[in-house]
Amino acid sequence: MGRDILRFATAGSVDDGKSTLIGRLLYDSKSIFEDQLEAVERTSQDRGEEYTNLALLTDGLRAEREQGITIDVAYRYFATPKRKFIIADTPGHIQYTRNMVTGASTADLAIILVDARKGILEQSRRHAFLTTLLRVPHLVVAVNKMDLVDYDQKVFDAIHEEFTAFASKLQIADLTFIPISALNGDNVVDRSVNMPWYEGSSLLHHLENVHIASDRNLIDVRFPVQYVIRPHKSTDPELHDYRGYAGQVAGGVLKPGDEVVHLPSGLTTTITHIETADGPIAEAYPPMSVTLRLADEIDISRGDMIARPNNQPEVAQDLQAMICWMSDDRQLSARTKYVIKHTTRTARAMVKDLHYRLDVNTLHRDESAQTLKLNEIGRVSLRVTRPLFVDDYSRNRLTGGFILIDEATNGTVGAGMIIDAK
Amino acid sequence: MQRCDYQLSQLDVLEAESIHIMREVAAEFERPVLLFSGGKDSIVMLRLAEKAFWPAPIPFPVMHVDTGHNFPEVITYRDRRVAELGLRLVVASVQESIDTGRVAEETGRRASRNRLQTTSLLDALEAHEFTAAFGGARRDEEKARSKERVVSFRDDFGQWDPKNQRPELWNLYNTKIHRGEHVRVFPLSNWTELDIWEYVRRERVELPSIYFAHNRLVFERDGMLLADSEFARRDENEPVFEALVRYRTVGDLTITGAVKSTAATLDEVIEEIAATRVTERGQTRADDRASEAAMEDRKKEGYF
Repeated sequence: MGRDILRFATAGSVDDGKSTLIGRLLYDSKSIFEDQLEAVERTSQDRGEEYTNLALLTDGLRAEREQGITIDVAYRYFATPKRKFIIADTPGHIQYTRNMVTGASTADLAIILVDARKGILEQSRRHAFLTTLLRVPHLVVAVNKMDLVDYDQKVFDAIHEEFTAFASKLQIADLTFIPISALNGDNVVDRSVNMPWYEGSSLLHHLENVHIASDRNLIDVRFPVQYVIRPHKSTDPELHDYRGYAGQVAGGVLKPGDEVVHLPSGLTTTITHIETADGPIAEAYPPMSVTLRLADEIDISRGDMIARPNNQPEVAQDLQAMICWMSDDRQLSARTKYVIKHTTRTARAMVKDLHYRLDVNTLHRDESAQTLKLNEIGRVSLRVTRPLFVDDYSRNRLTGGFILIDEATNGTVGAGMIIDAK
Repeated sequence: MQRCDYQLSQLDVLEAESIHIMREVAAEFERPVLLFSGGKDSIVMLRLAEKAFWPAPIPFPVMHVDTGHNFPEVITYRDRRVAELGLRLVVASVQESIDTGRVAEETGRRASRNRLQTTSLLDALEAHEFTAAFGGARRDEEKARSKERVVSFRDDFGQWDPKNQRPELWNLYNTKIHRGEHVRVFPLSNWTELDIWEYVRRERVELPSIYFAHNRLVFERDGMLLADSEFARRDENEPVFEALVRYRTVGDLTITGAVKSTAATLDEVIEEIAATRVTERGQTRADDRASEAAMEDRKKEGYF
């Protein structure tokens, strides 16, 4: 019963027809309401624009509408009978990297828009790289504006070939190419009659049917303890000694009776109950929020981790990571210190070394780099004040990702992805 | 509920995400509070809080920012629900803010207490030293809200700076603030209006009766049906008539419009919402009609 949820990020600039594509998906799925459309039409007319500017639907802030740019990630929602969709619509200009990384961090799928007339541009490569850096499991290259190249199969095939060659250098699990015209609706919701040579599905059909259930890590049991529930009800003997460990499953499948290990203590015990407010459940898996009860009294607090004795995360104070820098006014360099937040654990971290800065367009590594500035990506070594329970980001996005917080401003200044954990 | 391939329905995923957010904030902030208006979104949020900390009680109080222009049914509901859950209720009263000279009542036919709420809210947050306030706003509601973070920073004036927001990645939320600052937390960010109603049906959550079709004395203004009440400032050319209506949103009685409807049950309401072609705020909120950026402007000042 019920629909599931697909979260996807869209990459591209207004020129690629991204807003038109989102507008069409929303419009054709009846997710744009009359009053929203009227407001957009009114503004378009006031500005003397020839067509209704669907970009106004996603550009929600006054400054965005005034300047005709998208400043920040906007979230959009639509649903079909099969799925609910959450779109992270990320802007295409300079602050692109920060916003795309943010949008991609939770995305199941990313759509990269390529203008059929222009072919693969530098930014297409950048989008593809960031998508793989963030381990978005599914990538769709939507070759747009096919109407402007006479729906020519040769144009599509050339882009297909060039992108595939480039993508072979990246680790892309699932890559799909779809020729579309967002403006005319070709292959967006329905199969296009203008491109009989294309035998694949329409974009919406693909979004509705792409298999995402197995993208989660259902193998390595990881349960970061988030909150200890102790009701302290002296009147209720049942609850007097109740101690539950609440959290959101970050990996694996947990069942009552399973032997588990607590970290950092290394003590083993058994799950006696998995509970929710709706009653006990037989198994828990990502992304469920549940409460575990354990057979033995162990001193467990927020920030600890529950795993399986024969499958544990690495307990690490020295980390290797790729960092995307997100601060406008501060730079990362060796010896700088931050607050690090990883799963439910917070500690302090010092940058021991910046190994290289990566050019996101050419993938060239600049080993002479001394700093990372806004939107730059590099590889660093970190030393952390207390052990973290980590996995490779490529194995588990939730136990492999972290954020860095500036201790003075409290701003979120960096996003990290752990590499070379054991 | 769950399938053999470990798939969860959209409501299960949304619920798990909201519970994660609430536990995170309860763990990391010393003094959270949940903003409770008696509207459907805050009712669902309260239900999620109940689930997040079960079998322990909800570990924070609730606050109602009270314009004084209330639907009696909603206040009755509020008081009963708060008593059931054994919660402490803080009322931030706009009338009190007016009486103490913190704000001045607007004048004229279109005067409302909507904007005045911001002062009462910020004053109460400061007086009680609340550091995190849960709000029921959703990103699908309105375009400024679509840009909103889940944990959204407010400076020591309570202001929102939409151009300088903290990036939010994965399920990691930055909860660091300095003294005097606070955050607004939106656990329902990714829910849509329809999700709320489907959850209400699934969880058998009780709602105030005004959400269902009933006969009411109303008058028409700007295409909206406003309730006739002691607070309404009607013109001569705004005659009162009786109509079968229900409310799609619940706010200040003087600016919240009713819609003509025969939907008397949850199933009928959900059917009506699934087919509607107008957003809830566009249809029923005079406060959003002031200008294209009405919500953004109010939010920057510290509004919900």
